[in-house]
Amino acid sequence: MEKIINKFQVKYLQILDENGKCDEKLKPKLTSALIKQMYEYMILTRVFDEKALKLQRQGRLGTYAQTLGQEACQIGSGLCIKNEDFVFPAFRENGVYMLRGMPIEMLFEFWAGDERGMQIPKNVNMFPITITVGAHLPHAVGTAMAFQYQKKRGAVITYFGDGATSEGDFHEAMNFAGTFKAPVVFICQNNQWAISVPVEEQTASETLAQKAIAYGFEGIKVDGNDVFAVYKATQEALKKARSGKGPTLIECFTYRMADHTTSDDAKKYRKESEVKKWAKRDPISRLKKYMIKKKIFSEKYEKEVLARAEKQIDVAVEKAESIPRYKPEEIFNYMYETLTPDLKEQQEKMKEDLDSGVKEEDKAEEVKEVK
Amino acid sequence: MSKINMVEAINLALKQEMKKDKTVILIGEDIGEDGGVFRVTEGLAKLYGNDRVIDSPLAESGIVGSSIGMAIAGLKPVCEIQFEGFIMPALDQLISHASRIRNRCRGRYSVPLVVRCPIGGGIKALEHHSDSPETYFIHTPGLKVVMPSGPYDAKGLLISAIRDPDPVIFFEPKKIYRAIKEEVPEKEYTIPLGKAKIVREGNDVTLITYGAWVKTAKEAVEHMSDTGNYSSLSRKNSELKNSSGISVEIIDLRTLSPLDTETIINSVKKTGKAVIVHEAQKTLGLAAEIIARINEKALYSLQAPIERVTGYDVIVPLRLYENYYLPNQQKIINAVEKVMRNAG
Repeated sequence: MEKIINKFQVKYLQILDENGKCDEKLKPKLTSALIKQMYEYMILTRVFDEKALKLQRQGRLGTYAQTLGQEACQIGSGLCIKNEDFVFPAFRENGVYMLRGMPIEMLFEFWAGDERGMQIPKNVNMFPITITVGAHLPHAVGTAMAFQYQKKRGAVITYFGDGATSEGDFHEAMNFAGTFKAPVVFICQNNQWAISVPVEEQTASETLAQKAIAYGFEGIKVDGNDVFAVYKATQEALKKARSGKGPTLIECFTYRMADHTTSDDAKKYRKESEVKKWAKRDPISRLKKYMIKKKIFSEKYEKEVLARAEKQIDVAVEKAESIPRYKPEEIFNYMYETLTPDLKEQQEKMKEDLDSGVKEEDKAEEVKEVK
Repeated sequence: MSKINMVEAINLALKQEMKKDKTVILIGEDIGEDGGVFRVTEGLAKLYGNDRVIDSPLAESGIVGSSIGMAIAGLKPVCEIQFEGFIMPALDQLISHASRIRNRCRGRYSVPLVVRCPIGGGIKALEHHSDSPETYFIHTPGLKVVMPSGPYDAKGLLISAIRDPDPVIFFEPKKIYRAIKEEVPEKEYTIPLGKAKIVREGNDVTLITYGAWVKTAKEAVEHMSDTGNYSSLSRKNSELKNSSGISVEIIDLRTLSPLDTETIINSVKKTGKAVIVHEAQKTLGLAAEIIARINEKALYSLQAPIERVTGYDVIVPLRLYENYYLPNQQKIINAVEKVMRNAG
């Protein structure tokens, strides 16, 4: 006997196309105020990004990973998060951090190389940045399992890229999530490039969304540059998770408009024409077109929003750069809750060294990545 | 109070901590109905339910990774990795994350996690079931590493590990899972992490070891006193504890990280000689670090070069040749005699 015992489908969702044309039937309920909020946070994210790039080029920040082009993925999903939820970002989610109330100066402080920037305030329901690709996905599922056990109402939402879907931790986390029906939403920002590897070389799967099917839950692909589609899919997935109906994978199909990080040069491995093509699908300009049509946009408003964002970012940079440095001996203080005798001894030695004139190598030469 | 083995003592500790604290949760492979491959979690699923004794999918990074997530959300997960040879897929989660999260966010989140894991050889098992990888964890700042040497210590140390606010790797020497029976109080008690125990006092040689080898070290010293097989040493001390004429002080490290340097140094200053025994491979095994610390803090007290009895720098052989790899009484006696001889 031979027969087909199962068939699968993957849904794709686009509501707002690149010309700002909206499928009103699919559009979720959105007040003008919420649409404006979407626009304003996307602008804020972009202004943050531009500023961070500039500061990095001036040597005022360390290596920085840009958000450019992925604003709709972050703001569309981020606006669905409630205080009772919890967020595990990767390392590109500056927009989500700002949306969740992270003081912007802390983000600059972190990217400048100060760990205190990731001392997330108590009222911000987020985890610090995870640099290693995909390793935070099991953490997200574990927290979701804890929420289940603690009978909490909230859900967990976690962000990662297309490259992460090749990591073992992605698969282990997805499998745990499916097996335990954990209240977690996986947001994959498929920006199509994992440093220099295009997504077609990352996997033979036609979509990343379909990977969820193997783990027993729904995966949906959305236009990641369409803030309405991301919002709708996330809203539904979070609602499902919060009501005990298990996890969802959302593949936000987008494009990394910038280099992987400031240490990377994407010109080496991808065509400018591709970048230009995607510039036309910009998430902010299509929302703007829609807002103009709906008469909730004016030149005055545009200028005001931009000026406000720039002001906010400038104030944050100023604050970040005026934070006094911490004492070198504080590097010992967060290894354990209590200093061990060994660490105490090493800390004393460091203080002695400093007192006797051993200087910190402040201007260590930056190692450039081989291109 | 009854005499029980280490498996039963650990089970008792888990049972009591779970009763006392609802945030304590167990997760691992086959730990539910099956009670774990060594039966350490026997009966706990029945007692506390499957949502507290979680049979996980077969994925070590997933087990430790999700436990980290539970820990930062306010639970106290005690996960079981079935064998030390299977802990490697979880190394990334332990070394890159569990150990670093407190520092990464300057104390905003912490990871009160315990990873229980059987360790070491002596049970004539397959490949990956007889290794001693403790050095990887000892080398990692932010982790604590504990290895009990018997039932009584296992219970008290595990309770301390569960209550500790930082990630603790709790290695259980399989060789002595059932080989030692001790009186273990029913009531809960703790043994502080980071403190070694002098299990036998002596004045001539400090014998430093941990885990399964504390038993062997004690037996070796007793054997020496029974047979008196060493007699030609120069006696400096009148308080000789065995008829061989060598008074051996045995230190059980109990916690491998943070290391109780003070107890080691005080003893070596007294005896002037040291032998270190472990089953892990020699190069960069814990003995190397202990020797370095003795050099830093007690070099001028030394009367002879320090001896190491360790595994060789080879892959642990399968069952037929495993014993050639492992320390044993004779190797320990030889090392003790050698330092005595070298001290003249």
